[in-house]
Amino acid sequence: MQQDILLKVTDLHAAIDGREILKGIDLEIHPGEVHAIMGPNGSGKSTLSGVLAGDPRYTVTAGSATFHGVDLLALAPENRSHEGLFLSFQYPVEIPGVSMVNFMRAAVNAKREYLGEPPLSASDFLKLMRNKRAVVELDNKLASRSVNEGFSGGEKKRNEIFQMAMLEPRLSILDETDSGLDIDALRIVASGVNKLKTQHNATIVITHYQRLLDYIRPDFVHILYKGRIVHSGGPELALELEEKGYDWIKQQVDNDEQQQ
Amino acid sequence: MMNSSNNALQQYLELHDAHREAIDAHSAAPMRALRSRARLRLEPPARLPRKADEGYARTDIDAIFAPDFGINIMRVPAPVDIAASLRCDIPNISTLMAVVAGDEFRPTDTLVRNMPAGVTLTSFSEAEKTMPGLVAGYLGRLADADEGADTATLLNSLLAQDGVLLHVSAGTVCTKPLQLVNIFNAGIPTLAARRVLIVLEPGASASLLVCDHTQSRGIACLASEVTEIFLGNGARLDYCHLEESNPDTSRVASLHASVGADATLDINGSTLSGGRTRNSYTVHLDHPGAQARIAGMAIASGTQHTDNNTFIHHHAPHCTSSQLFKYILDGSASGAFRGLIRVDQDAAFTEAYQTNRNLLASEQATMHTEPQLEIYCDEVKCGHGATTGQLDQAAMFYMRSRGIPQAQARMMLMQAFMADVVDTIAIPSLRDRLRMLVERRLNGQQTACGDCAAACAPAPSTQP
Repeated sequence: MQQDILLKVTDLHAAIDGREILKGIDLEIHPGEVHAIMGPNGSGKSTLSGVLAGDPRYTVTAGSATFHGVDLLALAPENRSHEGLFLSFQYPVEIPGVSMVNFMRAAVNAKREYLGEPPLSASDFLKLMRNKRAVVELDNKLASRSVNEGFSGGEKKRNEIFQMAMLEPRLSILDETDSGLDIDALRIVASGVNKLKTQHNATIVITHYQRLLDYIRPDFVHILYKGRIVHSGGPELALELEEKGYDWIKQQVDNDEQQQ
Repeated sequence: MMNSSNNALQQYLELHDAHREAIDAHSAAPMRALRSRARLRLEPPARLPRKADEGYARTDIDAIFAPDFGINIMRVPAPVDIAASLRCDIPNISTLMAVVAGDEFRPTDTLVRNMPAGVTLTSFSEAEKTMPGLVAGYLGRLADADEGADTATLLNSLLAQDGVLLHVSAGTVCTKPLQLVNIFNAGIPTLAARRVLIVLEPGASASLLVCDHTQSRGIACLASEVTEIFLGNGARLDYCHLEESNPDTSRVASLHASVGADATLDINGSTLSGGRTRNSYTVHLDHPGAQARIAGMAIASGTQHTDNNTFIHHHAPHCTSSQLFKYILDGSASGAFRGLIRVDQDAAFTEAYQTNRNLLASEQATMHTEPQLEIYCDEVKCGHGATTGQLDQAAMFYMRSRGIPQAQARMMLMQAFMADVVDTIAIPSLRDRLRMLVERRLNGQQTACGDCAAACAPAPSTQP
């Protein structure tokens, strides 16, 4: 599988409001892999996920991102989704007045249309909803409400993974999915992600803490600092970070910068 | 008609004075009496409101009336059989329907056959024969009262030749919704002065849907509409108005209601398409326990202009009122909302709320909102809020990230924005209908009333 590249990010620079946040990201992801991206606050983790998903607030100033051969950065956010990219939001958005059912049906059928498939019938769609709800034990009541409206923190995150199950992405980016979750919710969310894992898809887990990585085991761990991946390693790197914190990495990078 | 002065009112006074005999000939006695009183009050310096006048800052009524509109004085019937070609029925409910072609009331066969006992929907002229004195007892009591009668209303009283009466006798609950379809099909620029009187006796209950359509295209039409509503104690009225005309059609309307003890008035007024629209709602909560809920929406694009004005007057204790008005303005459309709640000194334990929220979908669209509270009593719960903004960009990106195309996401968010206004409609099939019409409108589908053939297509000619 190593020869198939799912995502290749090269020298990616991005800015928000004229301020450069990403300063040259290089990343290569293959099918079947789980990558963890860790780093201190403000290092650019959420910017990276936003830029890959096409958040219009960010401007890409240099570099490229190729998603299974497609120029990802040239695509509108909806088409990135259709091509198989999924972002689980750190702060899922509440959309009063739009029911989960209508929201999900619009999403699923838009993807089908993009792929040249006919829309799902109402009964097939509801069946799909039912099956996928089970993945994260999402209550039927939540599915019939407005998108994320009045959901608890845990319910919102479960809803993200439910949507991921519905859309069957090739690459999922989980942005701080563990934030605001108690241990039970964390277990349910992580087990949902693991159930959806195959040898054909890949996951980027963006997290601050080691905790989530006890449940979703990464193959690779990258440390993001000051808009660059400054260190990469295997799962043991996450444990090292948990033990020693980020200071040693910061010092190393800051010293290097001074020497230059 | 020549507009000989710089005062739009003048041309209608001249028209009236020249044809008074013919106009009176087509009017029942109460209408003639109303006309005589109105004529006296329209002597100079009376004129139609302009933007400099208080309450009209955004809508120049004088300018709306200024074009050389004709009035159907000779009662020439509309050239097509509108009723026969009209399929404006609401799915799943059988409505009792009547058509107002221009300003002429035309009942349908089903209306006449199926009218429930205790319910009357007819013209003033007919009512004078079957229930003499009824119209005279109510007509003009609210709209033409000394206080607050504006010139546009008096002009309606001057020019309206007949009117529509809805009467529900005491204790009668009319479960079938009634429908009144106003249609323009004009060959020349036309003004229709429409007059509606609704009287629900104590304990009576009814729902009425009023739709505005214009079949003709490219011909200026102006609807002048005055509606008076009298709700007896414990009565309940659901009143829905749906404006789906075209950019050539303007509307200057006022609705005046008096709500009795423990009576409930529910109003939903939606403008989905039209030219220049001015709606005024004046509601008097006269007796303890009276309740009024007014909801309205405007979805406007192009150069459409929609102005809603409310005046909710709490006269008695223990009354409640709520107002919810929402606008979505696109293109160069403009909107205005001016809402006043007045709580009299005697109206203790009043609850009154007012909300106005607006979405500007383009940079050229403009909205002016002016919420007002006048409270002369301490024991009240009142509140108002007004916001104007753009679509939620965070929600937009969230939807697009799930694969929902931008245009569809925008549509879904706009629909969601209007959901609570739609939900104020008590009758489920009407609610579903409005939801569908809103969806179509936001989709950019230029439709008048769903599958109603008459309102969408140019009227088929029966002439050889």
